Amino acid sequence: MKNRKLASLPAIPYVFWMALFVVVPLVLIVVYAFTSESGGFTLENFSSIGSYTMVFVRSLVLSLIATAVCLIIGYPVAYVISKEGPTFQRVAMMLIMLPMWINFLLRTYAWMSILENTGLINTFLSDIGIIGLINRLFGLSIDHLPLINTSGAVILGMVYNYLPFMIIPIHSVIVKIDKATIEAAEDLGADSVTVFRKVIFPLSLPGVLSGITMVFVPSVSTFILSKLLGGGTSMLLGDLIELQFMGGAYNPHLGSAISLVMMIIVMACMAVMNRFGDGEEQAVIM
Amino acid sequence: MKKKNGFWGRFLTFLLFFFLYAPIIVLIIFSFNSTKSRTVWTGFTLDWYVKLFHNSSILSALYTTLLISVLAALIATIIGTFASIGIFNMKKRPRELIMQVNNIPVINADIITGVSLCILFVFLGKKLGFELGFGTLLIAHITFNIPYVILSVLPKLRQLDKNLFEAAQDLGCTWMQAFFKVIIPQIKPGIVNGLLMAFTLSVDDFVISYFTAGSVETLSMRIYAMTKKRISPEINAVSTILFATVLLLLIIINVREARQEKAAEKRRASFKS
Amino acid sequence: MSEKLINLENIHKDYGGKTVLDNINLYVRDKEFVTLLGPSGCGKTTTLRIIGGFETPDAGVVYFDGKNMSDVPAHRRPVNTVFQRYALFTHMDVYDNVAFGLRISKVGESEIKERVERMLKLVNLPDYGPREVSSLSGGEQQRIAIARALVNHPRVLLLDEPLGALDLKLRKDMQRELKAIQQQVGITFVYVTHDQEEALTMSDTIVVMNKGKIQQIGTPVDIYNEPKNAFVADFIGESNILDGIMHKDRLVSFCGRRFDCLDGGFAPDEAVDVVVRPEDFEIVPPEQAQMVGTVKSVVFMGVHYEIMVETEHFTWMVHSIYETHVGDRVGLFLTPDDIHIMRKS
Repeated sequence: MKNRKLASLPAIPYVFWMALFVVVPLVLIVVYAFTSESGGFTLENFSSIGSYTMVFVRSLVLSLIATAVCLIIGYPVAYVISKEGPTFQRVAMMLIMLPMWINFLLRTYAWMSILENTGLINTFLSDIGIIGLINRLFGLSIDHLPLINTSGAVILGMVYNYLPFMIIPIHSVIVKIDKATIEAAEDLGADSVTVFRKVIFPLSLPGVLSGITMVFVPSVSTFILSKLLGGGTSMLLGDLIELQFMGGAYNPHLGSAISLVMMIIVMACMAVMNRFGDGEEQAVIM
Repeated sequence: MKKKNGFWGRFLTFLLFFFLYAPIIVLIIFSFNSTKSRTVWTGFTLDWYVKLFHNSSILSALYTTLLISVLAALIATIIGTFASIGIFNMKKRPRELIMQVNNIPVINADIITGVSLCILFVFLGKKLGFELGFGTLLIAHITFNIPYVILSVLPKLRQLDKNLFEAAQDLGCTWMQAFFKVIIPQIKPGIVNGLLMAFTLSVDDFVISYFTAGSVETLSMRIYAMTKKRISPEINAVSTILFATVLLLLIIINVREARQEKAAEKRRASFKS
Repeated sequence: MSEKLINLENIHKDYGGKTVLDNINLYVRDKEFVTLLGPSGCGKTTTLRIIGGFETPDAGVVYFDGKNMSDVPAHRRPVNTVFQRYALFTHMDVYDNVAFGLRISKVGESEIKERVERMLKLVNLPDYGPREVSSLSGGEQQRIAIARALVNHPRVLLLDEPLGALDLKLRKDMQRELKAIQQQVGITFVYVTHDQEEALTMSDTIVVMNKGKIQQIGTPVDIYNEPKNAFVADFIGESNILDGIMHKDRLVSFCGRRFDCLDGGFAPDEAVDVVVRPEDFEIVPPEQAQMVGTVKSVVFMGVHYEIMVETEHFTWMVHSIYETHVGDRVGLFLTPDDIHIMRKS
């Protein structure tokens, strides 16, 4: 078409905007990562990352556990919901999405007051005598269970905050599976377990993959959860980066290097998963 | 497939909703508690709401958040809508490249988007002599909003009858008339949903704002500051208000979508007959 | 006013190096119903879009009423189009859809009202004005699309496979109705379809196209009875096509036998295509026949039987109203005007 060039003109402001505010900043991260404060080329930023190996390991472990938990809870829930009627499904999905739109900090804050030493759970446990029971059984004298400021609390925060990201893409893929495919499998003699194993699960894999990505990426990069629920005792990657830009350890060059490494880890994880899913990764973005 | 769920299926769903909503409900209940205790109910009060509306730092943060969100959503919607039309008309190769770039802020961790913009603003600020503040915050919000506008408008363009634009020209419209009288009204649902989504994302954002706002404070940032200090039920009150607002917005979006789907279904059905 | 309302001269169109239209020469008379007929990808829709102004030819000229229209944009041409999937404006009701073109050209509202109502009556949908477009059936949407185009009083109405989305029964009804509408409003219709039956029943003139070239232009009767080449013969109706040798004028041989025919003007012993319509055979007792064969299959088609007869050299498709049985020995007989000779293309 002759007007094709003309018709793509409206995208020009956008192209400039994205180039300046998406591409250039990422390029700057790379440049900063390889330069020192004086501006010269250096690899020092990367070599000094070595002393933070524990942070990387902890971040990866915690976010992988959280992702696994989300998958174990999320898949059955998505599957069960997909079997219900359309109205139930619509309402259920809306109820699952709703907490996502509540400020992240507030969702986390809600858990703080539940998990605290004098919080709802501990108060409840001591009121019904469980704490006393534990003390008597193990010969301890604690007045609360250590819930907040633990790695467990951080994982709980990740699961609570990002579980919807797992359920929604899986559900949306399962409901799109052609009913005729399942009937065909049944017609060919597959029982319900086989139908699930051979038809439904493989077809829902793209949803699983985008769910994993959507849980893993924010989990591995969070800096709020560790601060609010982990009590700052267990520093994560996000904290480390935040510290280099906003904290006392102001060093954007080191921060960029850490960010770059984190991006590469995330991209590597996504690439590995895409290989599993054979590139069928049409992420379901809400 | 239409085997209904047994008891365990329903039970699982119930457990999930309990897990998701119990903390929020506790939060809301204790916003009406008459003492600062978050474990013992001591009586009903609206004091925390009253206090909230006399807390000037919260009010100014709220004002900043609303102003930023409205501006960012509007500007992102305008840029994004025009961009969608442009992208839609592009050849496959450049279109795919642009969509890849478009997805970067969507897929990337917020903290990366935040610090990368932070670096850019500090870098440019040194050269051009400005500091992080309202302007940089607004630019950051527009930047992460645009991709969502495009993801909501572009599918609507794809659903259009490919001859629609030509039909308008055939009936005497110039290029501009066809655009404003036919194309824009046809994709309006996508534009409105994009606008609402952008607005909600902006109100909700903390991480990116945190790195780009300088001394300006949004509501999320105020809440963050409050949670770091002594916890006060005022936060519960803020949460309750935000929860109610978001609930309302989501209901509006969903009702709209349901209505559109019904209309689309009717259209599809009518084609078969 | 010239006789030729639309005239296409030497139209060429390439699409990314692939020739879509190759030297198209074609004219359309005033008030004529012309059909562009051909398989998908033959260039018929591109030709229509060039007339409509949605596509610019790489070479060649489009004349309207003797005036060169090549540079006139779509919105200023005296034609209107009915699109394949109608392209109705779903954000407006029926009335606003039909009134759209008139509003663009700033016709007064009272005149618009009158013309829209007259047009809705013409397409048999009076009182449909306030309805939502999305609530209409396919056939109704089709009529609204026609009304929306015709209300502007175009000199020519272009229709791009307008019945393609409708089911068979509705399509038949709409064919009749379209023809009636054309005669009633008395304007030129240029109609694109791949359905040969549709073309034969509705058109004054058929333009058969294939691979970007015009194969034959003629009345439905001409095209059916005197196909110019094997492609046209095969595309229009069903045909038996086989190789033959033209010995001299009015004498052809195929299937190991000589036949009298009516064609001439070939070189001595030129290799030709022989085309025989299945309904032109006469089934006779073997002793009176020119060819004898065995019935391989019999399918009842409603009015006639479709019989496959295997002879020594060729398996013929024969249409007959008389029933035969698989395994029967039958004789086939052809008169000279049943045999059509075509140059090899």
